[in-house]
Parts: sequence; structure tokens; C-alpha cells
Amino acid sequence: MKAIVWQGTNRVGVETVPDPTLLLPTDAIVRVTSTAICGSDLHLLDGVIPSMERGDILGHEFMGEVVEIGRDVKKLKVGDRVVVPFNIACGACDPCRRGLFSACDNSNPNHRMAEALYGGVSGGGLFGYSHMYGGYAGGQAQYVRVPFADVGPHRIESDLRDEQVLFLTDIFPTGYQAAEQCGIVPGRDVVAVFGAGPVGQFAARSAQLLGAAHVIVIDRVPERLAMAAAAGCQTINYEQDDVLVALREATGGRGPDHVIDAVGMEAHGHGPGALADTAKQRLRLSFDRITALRWALLSCAKGGTVSLPGVYGGLIDKVPMGAAFAKGLTFRMGQTHTHRHVAPLLSRIEAGEIDPSFVITHRATLDEAPDLYKTFRDKHDGCVKVVLNPWG
Amino acid sequence: MNPDSPNPDGPNHDHASPDSQTPDGPATPDRTAEPQAAGEASTGAHMPPLERSVVGSVGVALIGAGLRSARPLQKIVLGGVGAGLTALAATGRNPLATALKIRQNAQGEVLVSDAVTVGKPAGALYARWRDLERLPDLMTHLQTVEVLDGRRSRWTVKAPAGTVSWEAELTADEPGQRLAWQSLPGAAVENHGEVLFRTAPGDRGTEVIVRLAYRPPAGTAGAVVARLTGEEPAQQLRDDLMRFKREQELGFSPTTQGQSSGRAATGGQA
Repeated sequence: MKAIVWQGTNRVGVETVPDPTLLLPTDAIVRVTSTAICGSDLHLLDGVIPSMERGDILGHEFMGEVVEIGRDVKKLKVGDRVVVPFNIACGACDPCRRGLFSACDNSNPNHRMAEALYGGVSGGGLFGYSHMYGGYAGGQAQYVRVPFADVGPHRIESDLRDEQVLFLTDIFPTGYQAAEQCGIVPGRDVVAVFGAGPVGQFAARSAQLLGAAHVIVIDRVPERLAMAAAAGCQTINYEQDDVLVALREATGGRGPDHVIDAVGMEAHGHGPGALADTAKQRLRLSFDRITALRWALLSCAKGGTVSLPGVYGGLIDKVPMGAAFAKGLTFRMGQTHTHRHVAPLLSRIEAGEIDPSFVITHRATLDEAPDLYKTFRDKHDGCVKVVLNPWG
Repeated sequence: MNPDSPNPDGPNHDHASPDSQTPDGPATPDRTAEPQAAGEASTGAHMPPLERSVVGSVGVALIGAGLRSARPLQKIVLGGVGAGLTALAATGRNPLATALKIRQNAQGEVLVSDAVTVGKPAGALYARWRDLERLPDLMTHLQTVEVLDGRRSRWTVKAPAGTVSWEAELTADEPGQRLAWQSLPGAAVENHGEVLFRTAPGDRGTEVIVRLAYRPPAGTAGAVVARLTGEEPAQQLRDDLMRFKREQELGFSPTTQGQSSGRAATGGQA
């Protein structure tokens, strides 16, 4: 089959690789009908997330048709059309039973790598997202092996198009969880979203769905800000305006009640702090550039929530902890517990409350994907979200 | 690990000793009354006398070679390394072992402990461990365990050159609560340890705590080499405990072995 393969830092290619096979009786094989490139794939592309190996198949946003099931798979049937959450969860451990699917104890075969890096604790496995997260082959391919097939895949029975449900695998639940964990008081709370990439777009629209009185989106890319403005959000371009001044003004000096950092570890931004972060990251002295996080902490209103859907990978410094402490902020963060959001968000799509396909700017084949990785990374050509058809 | 202990990270931190076995009518292993270790534990890595004398001799020999050398760079390097090794032998502490957080007690035994919470009742988990001959399924470095009688068993482990085996005896056997063992005199790797089974709060199953003490065959240097090659008991124990948890909670271990990748034209491996 054809697959998108990580070939080294800043190199991805299309290769012909063996078709996946069932490895355990709880596995299924899915023929991928649509897959997407995620902003977090860019952290793999440039090697900022460690433990990629040449030959790894990328991709964690995918959906398709079940073509084979292991003998212990009970809920899925061959022929089912499914979306598959990007996290792999066992469904049996204590975190899974509490709905904390991304914190699954049992799905990461390489738990020791994550334990070594993160203080003795490992989260669950992820599709196509480095060996530290399990080394599972990803879904930017014609077929993919899906472990714990009775736990992850969710059947799509309505006639919604792939483009309307594909993002239930990651970015819609990720944006939604980011907004949900703010505890927005409907009609009262103001929410600011740093980063108008796909997750930021879904976080902003989820904040609206949850009743935010006002949503402000901060970025520097005009077409991304325009996409947020089209949904009725106020926008701030941090290259044109002083973000902290603009946010004070937009909120009568209080600051946003909740701030969502949908940027994560590779923030742009400017000033000495951003320059120092970039230098340390290039030298691999530090994983993370944290301009967005600093702005989030400095701008957030008293008693507010700082919610981090953006990925962080290691250690950070020069965090304005004093500001956070003085204002009594709450931090919420982590990989999305995708499994628990799929059904309720699918209902919202079916009810016409949101059509997630608004975020798509590019549609392509696997053969075109390597070029589109670069287009997406460089934010050229108005690129916000790339959807791939593995059979095109 | 032990919220009620007055000094959870203090020098008396864990590990069992042969004389710590509980007599008849075992007490419930609760959070406040755990078996106390005999002897002071520390993270400092003490070199046993033989290792100290070997390191010291090499150090002194290097100093001599350095003094005799005609080349100035060689003089400095050999002399410096020799002086360093001699100083190590004099202090009796292995800084590499200390840096790698290899814990030792005053008797020179390396201490290893780890814990995992498994979503099953203590009785079932105890029974799985008590079935000694089936332990090699959980512990991949174990080749066989042969039960000799009610208390004694013969353990065979894979080693870099062939196998190593020794006899051990159970020193405590409290169903659903605790198992402890001690190697019998003459063991190639002297060791003793215990496994505690303790009900976790809030319907989360059972906390399984394992404490081992062993005398590394080549002293602290051997412990360092084992750690660096990933063959050290602390690393094996972590894998074993996770394999145990997954066997109990899932019935299998997750894997990517044999999945497709771009690394091989046919049947690329994970």
C-alpha cells in the first residue's frame, strides 16, 4: 500500500510499504477513505518531538471502512464506516474507566521511554506519533491497523460526508475539550484563543457553542483571522497590535475570563523571550517556545482558566508564575480524551449546529502530501487544513 | 508512595531483609505498619572491599605509568585518571553509580523497588505470584522456576553467557498480603526481597509493591554496567510490573511487533 513515511528531520515521502495485518485478536484493519495532516504532525516533521524513526508511517486523523476484524472484536463488523480517535485506549484501566482515555495505562508498549522523559509516568499510545507514544503506524496510508477496535472506532450511520465527520478524530474534540474545561458561564464569560490554526478555530467555535459572551482570536496570519472573524469572533493580529493592550481594551481592563493556548510548543512571537526560546530549542536545550503561554498567563482575568490544547513536550522557563498566582488562575491541559467527545459532537453535527468542513482549505492525494506538509508548515497559499484521499 | 509514612524518602526507605518476616498471624499490611528494613539505606553507592582494592590498584598503577611516561600529555592524563581512581578507592564511593541513582544499603546491597496499581483483587494477584513456576511468563529474564518443596525453589535466569541459577526459600507467605524470599547460601547473585499486596483506596484494585536487594556480581561497577545496558533489575522490574498489570487487566500486552513500516520492503518491523 501507499503511505506517508517520516524519512528524517524535515523529510516526509510517499512509499510503498507492506499492508497492515492483524497482530492481536482485538485489532481491526481499516481501509482509509479520508485522512488529514494535523498541526501536531509538524512537531514530528522538524523533530521537536523526539523518538521518531526513519520509516515510521505518519498520521493520526483518519476514517474509513472496516475490512478485517480480529476474533475478539465484538462491536465492529466488516463494512462498518468508522471514525477513529487519534489516541489509543484500552478501555479497561482506571483512567479509561474514568473517561481519561488519553491517559490510558495500558496502550503504550514503549511506556518506559515516556516514563524516562516524564518522571515515571506514561500516557497512552497515539497513532503515528513517535515511539515514545507507542510507535503505532499511522493513518496517512491506504490501510491502517487499529488496536483495541472495540474501544476507539465510532460508527457513522448517517449519510454525512467524510469531510463533515473526519475531524471528530482529533481537532474538533481537541478544540471542544479546550473550551469545555474552561467552565464557561454562558452569556457572561469572555474567551480568548491564541492561535487560529485548526484547533484554535474549533476552540473558538466550541466556546460559542458553549455560550461564551464574546470570543477573541489572536494570530498573525490574515486568512486564519478572517476564518475566525467569519464565525463572529473578534480578531487581534499580534504583529500589528500589542496583544496585551488590545485584550485589556477588549475586556474593559479585566482580561479574558478564560484563555486557550492553541499554539503549544513552537510559538512564533517576538521580543527577547521568544528569541531566547528559539535559540534554546534549535540547540535542543529546551523543547518548548512559549510565547503564547506567557501571553495567556499575563492576559487572563482573575480567577480565570488557562486551557492548553497546544502540545508541550518538555521543560519551560521564564513562566510568569507570579502573575498566575496573583490572579488565582486554574490550569487545564493534556491530550484530548477524544473517545468521550465523539458521540456528543457527532450529534451536534447531525443537528446542524456546526459543519466542521469549514476549516478545509486543501484537498489532495497521498502523492501530493509531502509538498503540502511544507505548504502547511510555512502557512503558504492560505493553508489551514489539508485533507488527503489515499485512493485519489 | 506512602502518604502516611513520616519520612517516605528518608534513609530507612523500604526493602525487606530476611529477618523482617512476619511471624504467624500476619498483621494486615496497611500504610502505617510496613515491614521495616534492617540496616540503613542510602542512594550513595558504596563499593565493596574487593572493588575498592581493584580500583585503588589500577589507580596507583596509572599514577606510576604517568610518572614514568616521557610524553607530557600522557603524564597528565594517566596521572590524573590514576589519581582520580585512587581517590575513589579511598572514599569507597562510586560516583557513576550515585549519578545513576543506584541505591544501596550499608551492607553494599543494591536496592530496587517499584510499585503498580492493578485493577484486580489482592487475592487473585497474590495467587498469580505464588504460582512460582508460572512467573517466567511475567518476567522475561527468568528462564525457569522449579519448586523443590513447600518453601524452597530453584531460580534460573538468562545471563550474557548462558544461565545463572540459585536456590531460594520463602521467608514469608501471607495469602493476599505478602510474599518474601531469600536466596540460600552459595547463590551466584545473593538476593532477597518481598512483594506486598495492598488494597488501593477507592475501588481501584490493588497496589503491588516489590522490593528487592541484591549483591551485584561485580560490585558497583557491575551495577553501573547493568544499568547502562538496560539489564539492571530496576528496569526489568518496571517492565515486569507493567506486563503483570496488562496481563491482569487486558489479558495481553499491546504490541507493534510485525506492523507495517517503511523500514523493510517486506514485513517491516516496528
